[in-house]
This record gives sequence, C-alpha cells and structure tokens, in this order.
Amino acid sequence: MKQDGADQSRRRFLTGAATVVGGTGLAITAVPFIKYWLPSERTKAAGAPIEVDISKMEPGQLLNEEWRGKPIWILRRTDGMLNTLPKMNDRLRDPQSKVESQQPPYAQNLHRSIKAEYLVLVAICTHLGCVPLYKPEAGSVTDDWLGGFFCPCHGSKYDLAGRVFQGVPAPLNLEVPPYGYPDEHTIVVGEHNTEKGAA
Amino acid sequence: MSNGTTKSNGFLGWVDARFPLTKMWKEHVSEYYAPKNFNFWYFFGSIALLILVLQILTGIWLTMNYKPASNMAFSSVEYIMRDVHWGWLIRYMHAIGASMFFAVVYLHMFRALLYGSHRKPRELIWIFGMLIYLTLMAEAFMGYLLPWGQMSYWGAQVITSLFGAIPGIGNDLMTWIRGDYNISDVTLNRFFALHVIALPLALVFLVVAHLLALHEVGSNNPDGVEIKKHKDSNGIPLDGVPFHPYYTVKDLFGVGCFMVVFAIIIFYIPAMGGLFLEAPNFQPADPLQTPAHIAPVWYFTPFYAILRAIPNKLGGVMSLGAAIVILFFLPWIDRGKVRSIRYRGLGYKVALAIFVLAFIGLGFLGMQRPSDVFFGLSAKSWAQIGTLCYFGFFIFVWVYTFFRLEKTKPVPERVSDK
Repeated sequence: MKQDGADQSRRRFLTGAATVVGGTGLAITAVPFIKYWLPSERTKAAGAPIEVDISKMEPGQLLNEEWRGKPIWILRRTDGMLNTLPKMNDRLRDPQSKVESQQPPYAQNLHRSIKAEYLVLVAICTHLGCVPLYKPEAGSVTDDWLGGFFCPCHGSKYDLAGRVFQGVPAPLNLEVPPYGYPDEHTIVVGEHNTEKGAA
Repeated sequence: MSNGTTKSNGFLGWVDARFPLTKMWKEHVSEYYAPKNFNFWYFFGSIALLILVLQILTGIWLTMNYKPASNMAFSSVEYIMRDVHWGWLIRYMHAIGASMFFAVVYLHMFRALLYGSHRKPRELIWIFGMLIYLTLMAEAFMGYLLPWGQMSYWGAQVITSLFGAIPGIGNDLMTWIRGDYNISDVTLNRFFALHVIALPLALVFLVVAHLLALHEVGSNNPDGVEIKKHKDSNGIPLDGVPFHPYYTVKDLFGVGCFMVVFAIIIFYIPAMGGLFLEAPNFQPADPLQTPAHIAPVWYFTPFYAILRAIPNKLGGVMSLGAAIVILFFLPWIDRGKVRSIRYRGLGYKVALAIFVLAFIGLGFLGMQRPSDVFFGLSAKSWAQIGTLCYFGFFIFVWVYTFFRLEKTKPVPERVSDK
C-alpha cells in the first residue's frame, strides 16, 4: 500500500481509539460469558430454607438433613457432651470461634449455637469438603478423645461444637449455617434467626 | 523450501495449485529429516497422538448414549455397558485410554529429561507439551465426574475445594466453578460441555503447535547433538533420515506393541485392580455420604500426595500448584552444557533417578491413607520426604549446572552408531 502523504498521527489516533473502544467492548462482552457460570435463579431457589422438626429428637441423637445440596447436621447434645467443650480449648485452633465466616454472630459462643442443647452444622470438612463422621464415644478416635467429629479423608478432628483441632489439615471450624427457631419444636436452616434474645 | 518442485499434473496438481497438500506432506513427513539414532524412548510421541485420536473417536461415540444429568448419568453409563452393542468396549477403550494416555505422556516427558529434549532451542516445544499435559489433567478430571459415581462426585468435591483455599475470592470462585453451592447437576452439565468440546479443541490446537515447533527446530536425539550442523551438498542432515518411510514404519511397530498391551488390559484387567477404575465409582454418587477413603486416579496421586504432605490447606494447595508450575521452567533451571544423559555428570544421573523414584513413591503414597505406616513411618511422613526429593531435584539441578559443578563427558560431533 502507498504510504506517501498519509497522516500518520491521525492514523495512530484512529488505531488507538479503535483498539480502546473495541477492547472495552470485548471486555464488556466477556461479562455475560463469565456470569453465565454463576448459580442460576433456579439453583438459588432450590437453595431455599428447610424446616426440621426437632420435637422427637433424643439426647445425643444426630439428624442428617440437606440444604443447598449440602449435608446438614442437627445434634441434640447431652449435658455430658456440653461439659466437654470448656476442656478442649488448648487443643483447638480457634476455641473462641473468632473466624466470622464460620458462624453467624448469634452462634459465636462457647457452644456455637442459639440454644446450647441443639447444634446445627454444615457437615462438610473445611479441609477438602468430605463429610466427617460423628464419633460421640470417648476414646473412639484417639485415647484422649472426648467425642466429636472425625474426617476419614485426611484425618481432621473437630469437637462436639464443630471446633477444629490443632495439627490437622482442616484450617477452620465447621461452618454453622444461618438458622433459627420459628417455634420451639422447629429449626429453619437457611434463614437467619429473627427471634431476638433466643439465646 | 523444496528445491526444484516437481509440478504434478492430474488431480494432485489441481489440488496443489489451490492447497499446499504436497508441500505440507513433504515439509512434515516425507522430507522432514529426523536423526537416524532414535531408540525405544521415541515411540511415545506417536503413541500419544494415536491415543488422542482414539479418545476423540470413542468419546464421540459415548456421547451418543450418555446423559449429562445427575439423575440419569450413572444409569446411562450402565446402559452403555450392558445394553448398547459393543458399548462396553467403547467405554472401556475411553476410560482405560485415559490412563494409557497419562502413562505414555509420562514416559514421553521422562524421555525429554533423559536426552535434554526440553533444552535450548526446544523450550517452546516443552512449554506446549506442558500446556498439553495441563489441559489433559483438566480433561481427565472433568471426564472423571461424568459417570457420576461416588469417586467421581467426591473427587470433584475435593479438587474444586482446592480453589476455596485461595484467600479472599476462594469461596466465590468455587461457587462460580461449580455453578451451585455444591457439586450438582449444574456442575455435571458444565463439566460435560468442557470435557467434550472446549478442552479437546484446546488439546488439538496445542498438539499442532507442539508439532509445528518441533518441525521448526528439528528433533533432538539420544546423543543430544544437533544433526543440522552437518549437512550434505543438498542441505540434508547427514545423520538424518526422512520421517516417512523410516519413522512411520518404526512408529507403526511401536503402535502395534502398544495395541497389544492396550487390548490385554481392556479385555482382561479393565479395572487394573482399582487403579484405572476405582471401586467406589461402581456406586452412584451420594452427596450425603463420603466414601471411607478418597484417592484420585493413579495419574494424579503424586500431586495429591504432595497436597496432603503439607499440614496447612493453603500451603498444600500452593505446593501442589508449584509442583506442576516448576516443570514449565525446567529448560531454564537446567543450565548444563550437554543435553543427553549419556554425557552428563554423575550428579544429574543420580538426581534424575531419585526424582523418578520420588514421583513413583508419591504416586503410591497418594493412594494410601495418610495414617498408614510403612517401615515405621506414616504415609504422611514418607510423602513429606518424597515432596522434598521432588522439589530438591530442581534446586539441585540448578545449583549443579549454574555453578558449573557438573563434570561432563566429551560429546561426539555427530550421532554415535550404537
């Protein structure tokens, strides 16, 4: 092509402007392609809260429920189980439940629950997503075991409030999902507790 | 490039005037001069290419009956295995083909380490090769979810959770990849899309780039000398032979041997004792019940062992990533004066042997429970030693070659007749 007499600066400007405008357009077009991967409205709706009847639970009983495709535990703890919790502190990574992502504020207490008796947890190991085993009997995992949860995949250990032990691969306490008590016989998982002062 | 191009007439001439058919054939096959001293280790490139073709072919056939939905996937695979004519053969070829692909690719990569095929000026061949390896890993991982068995599900659960370890964006990234709050139908559907079209397409492009780069620079050989240094009056390397017919015939022999092994596995030991098809995968996925023991398929276990060796989630994930990324830099880490192991110092030979043993050892440990004890040490402690040896190789090779500690043997001018 004959380049004589071409206005180079004008050409550079047009090339630059076309690159910027075209590039911006490409970047904006990428948004739908990326957002397409996010959970769809139907997926989100399928993650609606679930109601669980707890009136027939025995002390020490563990219920397995499902919310958003995740296994959920509801454990009715005995007094003996609750008494183990204060003894665990020096063996735990986060005994005070200081990592805020792992429980709603109303479960940031010693027993990690609204009512001390009932523990609600997402039953997914914080290491790599396995479902830990419920091991309530003392000595069933190690000799000094006081009861808790044990992950068979990579050996992570949690106490009876889902608090993680030191020296195991899991970094965080088991997650407490948002939950609440619409009445005294029912737990709703997936919706924050609205009743004030239920603790 | 071809001197005195013979213009052919007839149909071929008509095509050649419109498409560089003869030119391409000559450039890449009949007049591509490869060193005459290729040995056993040079079979695996062509075998890998054959497996790619077989995987694509059997894969297309499987999609004709497979249903990528969480409530139908497992039973559609059963259907293929039991009711579709020859379905079991096509599916076994595909599932076992994946394992064979990795076996062959690992041998192919080991060949590079033996003869310095990744070294200057072949760095890009190596990088394209590594990209193929990485894509292959993604391809295999996503394909493994499709049968929707217990190990499919929980393997995907564990591997996608790795992204959750990234500080800040980890959890959102994990949900974005899964398209749901957990591995679900949505995840299965998108992994299917990526497995059958996106990644195979990328693989084919990368293989073309790998071969173009190879044919631009020319093949290395077991002596690690450049055959292009000595050419005859026609500009043909004295130690080169045309790829066709010499190496097409040689590779056909290799392919024949490979097919015998492949057929024996498909017909007599398809599960390979749980190594190629894992036992929990004969049960449908159950999101509420983790199998007692999760291990990936054998070709991922060395990296899985490295992941588990580090008692810290982020640290483990970073070590796993580093174990793969560091391979990309090997052509620059290894600064030795000679390429081939035949003329390298004892240090490199010993280091490579330890590296290979560590890789195989880690592969074994990745299948065991971390608490299992071998010779008085737990699998976890052994994996930590293996991880140290794995990364130690790269550090040693850099120190050994950068500070010129290597005592090499004299390299012949031309390829030796052995």
